[in-house]
Amino acid sequence: MKRLLFASPVIVALVFGAFFLWGLNPERDPNSIPSVLISRPAPVFELPEVAGTGVPGFSNADLEGNDAPVIVNVFASWCVPCRAEHAVLTRLVAEEGVQLFGINYRDEPEDAARWLNELGNPYVRIGSDIDGRVGLDWGLTGVPETFIVGPDGTVLYKHIGPILGDVAIRNFTTALAQARQAGMT
Amino acid sequence: MIPELGQFALTLAFGFALVQSVLPMLGASRGNLLWMRSARATSLAQVAFTLIAFAALMRSFVVSDFTVLNVVENSHSLKPLLFKIAGTWGSHEGSLLLWVLILTVFGAAVSFFGTNISEGLRARTLSVQAWISVGFFSFMLFTSNPFERVFPPPADGQDLNPLLQDVGLAMHPPLLYFGYVGFSIVFSFAVAALIEGRVDAAWARWVRPWTLAAWISLTAGIALGSWWAYYELGWGGWWFWDPVENVSFMPWLLGTALLHSAIVTEKRDAFKSWTILLAILTFSMSLLGTFIVRSGLLTSVHAFAVDPERGLYILWLLGITIGGSLLLFAWRAPALESGGLFRPISREAGLLVNNLLLASATGTVLFGTVYPLFVEALSGERLSVGPPFFNATFIPIMLPLVFVMAIGPFLSWKRADLAGVLQRLKFAAVLSGLAVLVVWYLTEGGPVLAYLTLALAAWLFLATVMEWTGRIRFGNVPLREALRRAKNLPRAAHGMTMAHLGLAVAIVGFVGSTAWKSEEIVFVTPGTEISIAGFDVVYEGVERITGPNYVANRGTLVVERDGDYVTTLYPERRQYPVAQYSTTESSIRSTLAGDLYASLTEPANAEAEARGAWTLRILYEPLVNFIWIGSAMLVLGGGLSLSDRRLRIGAPRRSARRSAAAETPAE
Amino acid sequence: MITRLLFALAVVLTSATIALAVEPDEMLDDPALEARAREVSQQLRCVVCQNQDIDSSNAGIARDMRVLVRERIVAGDSNDEVLEAMVARYGNYVLLRPPFNTQTYALWLAPLVLVLLAASIGIAVIRQARRKKHEKPDELTAEEEDALRSVIDTPPTTETRQ
Repeated sequence: MKRLLFASPVIVALVFGAFFLWGLNPERDPNSIPSVLISRPAPVFELPEVAGTGVPGFSNADLEGNDAPVIVNVFASWCVPCRAEHAVLTRLVAEEGVQLFGINYRDEPEDAARWLNELGNPYVRIGSDIDGRVGLDWGLTGVPETFIVGPDGTVLYKHIGPILGDVAIRNFTTALAQARQAGMT
Repeated sequence: MIPELGQFALTLAFGFALVQSVLPMLGASRGNLLWMRSARATSLAQVAFTLIAFAALMRSFVVSDFTVLNVVENSHSLKPLLFKIAGTWGSHEGSLLLWVLILTVFGAAVSFFGTNISEGLRARTLSVQAWISVGFFSFMLFTSNPFERVFPPPADGQDLNPLLQDVGLAMHPPLLYFGYVGFSIVFSFAVAALIEGRVDAAWARWVRPWTLAAWISLTAGIALGSWWAYYELGWGGWWFWDPVENVSFMPWLLGTALLHSAIVTEKRDAFKSWTILLAILTFSMSLLGTFIVRSGLLTSVHAFAVDPERGLYILWLLGITIGGSLLLFAWRAPALESGGLFRPISREAGLLVNNLLLASATGTVLFGTVYPLFVEALSGERLSVGPPFFNATFIPIMLPLVFVMAIGPFLSWKRADLAGVLQRLKFAAVLSGLAVLVVWYLTEGGPVLAYLTLALAAWLFLATVMEWTGRIRFGNVPLREALRRAKNLPRAAHGMTMAHLGLAVAIVGFVGSTAWKSEEIVFVTPGTEISIAGFDVVYEGVERITGPNYVANRGTLVVERDGDYVTTLYPERRQYPVAQYSTTESSIRSTLAGDLYASLTEPANAEAEARGAWTLRILYEPLVNFIWIGSAMLVLGGGLSLSDRRLRIGAPRRSARRSAAAETPAE
Repeated sequence: MITRLLFALAVVLTSATIALAVEPDEMLDDPALEARAREVSQQLRCVVCQNQDIDSSNAGIARDMRVLVRERIVAGDSNDEVLEAMVARYGNYVLLRPPFNTQTYALWLAPLVLVLLAASIGIAVIRQARRKKHEKPDELTAEEEDALRSVIDTPPTTETRQ
C-alpha cells in the first residue's frame, strides 16, 4: 500500500506523458475543430445571387434532391489561398462532373464578380453572404472551407482550409468518392 | 566568425556538462575527493562558455548581423537598442540559450557558495544538475541552433513581434526563467538526496535559500507578465487562465508549498518524502511549462513558433527527467524515516493543510489545462476549458487556505492551543467584518463572493499584523523595547509577515478590479464627453506621430472631476510597418484608489470612418494597483527571508562548524 | 504544412481589417440586455483565435458571433438558449465553461476528488504523527513488562564484570 502510494506520482506522470506523446502526432492540428454538422442536415439559409456573376443564388432547398453529392465551397476574393484553391476546384468540376456551389463570404459583389471573371466561374450557383451570417450557421472557422453535401441534403464531409497539396486533394477526392458510393447503394 | 565562436563555445559547454554529469557522481560513490571536486571547475567552465555563446548571440542582435537566421527573424535594424538586446531571448532558440545560461549559473553558484554543504551531496547535486544541462545543450545543438546562418543575408530583419517590444516584457522572460530554472537546483538536491538515501534538517536548510531565490524570481516574473498584459493588450485584464499562464502558475503554487514544507523538514524533521516529492514536482512543472510553450500542444496566445520535432525531443527529455526522478522517488522514498510527532492542532498540521490545499489547487489547474487534450485523444471531440472553469474551482480551494494562513503563524510547533489563538484573533474577526460592512456601504451591490473574499483578505491582513506586533510585544512593552525586539527577530520572520501581508493586499486588488470594474465603449469624435466612475472625459482628437520603427495615431483625452482638471491621457494605436502589426498602447492614470484606463482603436466601419469616429474604451479598475503592490510585497518578503543570517549562502567560515553540527536537529 | 501556413495567413487577413473587441455599433441600447450580451460573449470562445473569448477578440467571426448573440437576446432568448444556439453551430468547443456531461464529469469532479484525496492523506498523516506519540510511553506488552520486571528484580551480579 505504502509502495503504491509512493509509486503513484510516476504512474500519473506516465499517463500524462502518453497523452502528450499522442498530442504531438504531426497529423494533429491543435487548431482545427471538427464540424458538428457532419451527418446532419445542412443549415436552413437563403442567399441572394452575387450581382454580375451570371449565376443564381441558392438556399438549402437547392442542396436537396440532387442526383449526386454536391460540393459547397466558402470563398472570398480577399482570401489569398482561395485564389490557389480555385484552380483545384475548377479541375475537380471538369474531371468529376460534380456540382459546385459557392458561398461568397463577406465580399463586395463587384470584387467577387471581377475575381470570377478573371479566374473563370466553376460554380453552378453562388450565394452572397455579405454579413457572414450564413457562414456562422455553417460553423465557419475561416475561409476557405469546403463541404460535401449528400443528395438528401445531409452534410457528409468538411474540409478546413484550402484544398491544396497532394494530401489534401487526395483526402478530399476520397471523401467525395465515398459520398458517391454511399449514394449509389 | 563570432556566431561560429558562439556555437563552438556552446559545444564546449556541452562537453563539460557531459564530464560533470559523470565524474562527481562516481567520485561520491567511490569516495574520490578529486573527482568530486572536479565539479567546481566544470561548472565554472559551463557558465563561462555558455556566457560566451550568449554574448555572441547578443552581439549579433546588437550589431544587427543579418547573416544569422535568428537575428533576421526576430530583429530589425531600426529597432531601439533595448529591444535589440531583448530580442536575444525573444525567439525559441535565444530563450533556450538564456534557459541553459541560467541553469549553468545556478550550478556554478552551488559549487561556489554551497561550501557549507557536505562534499558528497554537493558532488551528486552538481552531477544531477549537469544531467539537465546535457539534455538542454543537446536539445539546442541538435534541434534549435541559435547561430544558424542564412545565405545570402537579407537587407533587413523581419522585426520582433511588436507586442513584445516593451520594457515590461523584455524583462519578463529572464525573471520567469530564473524562477523556472532556479527550481532545477532544488530538484537536483532532491535527486541527490534520494541517491544518498538521506534527508535531514541540514538538507532542508540547504535547499531553502535556493527555493526562495527561485520563488522570488518566479513571483516577480509572473507579476510582471500579468502587469504587461494589463497595460499592453488593451482591455484591462491581468489574468486569463491561458495554458501558458497556467504552466507558469503551477510551479509557483508548488514552489510555495515547497517553501513551507521545507520549513517543517528543517525544524521538525517531518514531511521528508513529501518535501522531496514537491522539489521534484516543482521543477517538473517548470519543464512542463517549457514543453507546452515550445511544442504547440495546446493552443495559447503566447506560444512560440511550433515544431513537432522539437516537441518530441523535449517530451523525451521530460520523460527521462521527470519519469526517472519519480521512479527513483518510488524506489527510495519509502525508506526515508519520518520523524516529527505532532498533534492535530499544531504548526505542522497548519502547514500540512497549506500544502495539501496548494497541491489540490495545482492539480486542479493542471487537470483543467490538459483536459481538452484528454478528451480529444479519447473521443476525437474538441472541448474548451476556460476562465469560468478555473474561477469556479480554483477560488473555492484557495479561500480556505487564506483563512488558515491567518491562524497558522500563531500555532506553536508540536501542540498548539487553538482556542487561545482564536481568542486572540476575535478582534481581527470583528474588524474584518466591520471592514466589509464599510465596503458594502460604499459600493452599490456586487457579488457575494467578492465581499467574502474581501473579508478573508482583511482577516489575513489583521491577523498577520497582530502576529507580528505580538512577537515584538508591541503595546505591552515600551516602544523602544518593542523596536529592539523587532530588530532582533530573525529576518525570515519579517519576511513571512511581509509576504503574507502582500498576499492579503493582492487579494484586495484581485477582488476590487474584478467585481467593481466599470467600462464605457463609445465612438468618439472631437468634443465627445464621457462620464465614468465620477470622471468626465473629453476627447479632443487624434494626431499622427512617428516613432523609431512605428507610426502611431495618438488620441488626447482631458480628464476632469467635478469641474477640476485631473490629467490628460494619450492612448496610442501604433502600426509597425515591418512586422505588419498594430498594437494598442493604453494610457493609464494610476492612483491607489484605481486606474482610469483608456485605449483607442481605428474607426470600426466605413460609416464611423466617414464621421472620423474612433472607438474609445475607457475603464475604471478600482484597487487594481493593490495587485502589483501585493506582488512587490511578496517579492520583498521572499528577499527578507533570503537575507536571513541563518540561510545566507556563502558563509564559509561558519559553515565548518555548521557541517559538524548539521546532524543534530536544528533549533 | 504550406497549406496550414496559407490558411493562417487567411485568418490573419480577415482579422486585420477589423478593430479591437466589442465595438459601440454592435452594442445594444438597453443596458440590461447589453450587460447580458457581454456576459454571454465572455463565455464563448472565438473559434479562429488562439485562446480568447469573443468579447475581447478582434477577429471577424468573433464580431459576427457577437452580433448574433445580441440578435438572439433581443429576440427574447435566455442566456442558455443563446449558448445552445452557438453550440449547435460549433459544438461544445465554443463554451469556455464546459458543460457538465459524461464527457466532463471527470473534469468537474476532479477538484472535489483532489481535495478529498488531500484530506484523507492529511488525516492519515496526522493520525500517524499522533499515534507515534502514544507508542513510547504506554504501549508495553505483557512480555516486555515481565522482562522489565525481571531485570529490575534481579540483583546486580558482579561476576560478569570480571
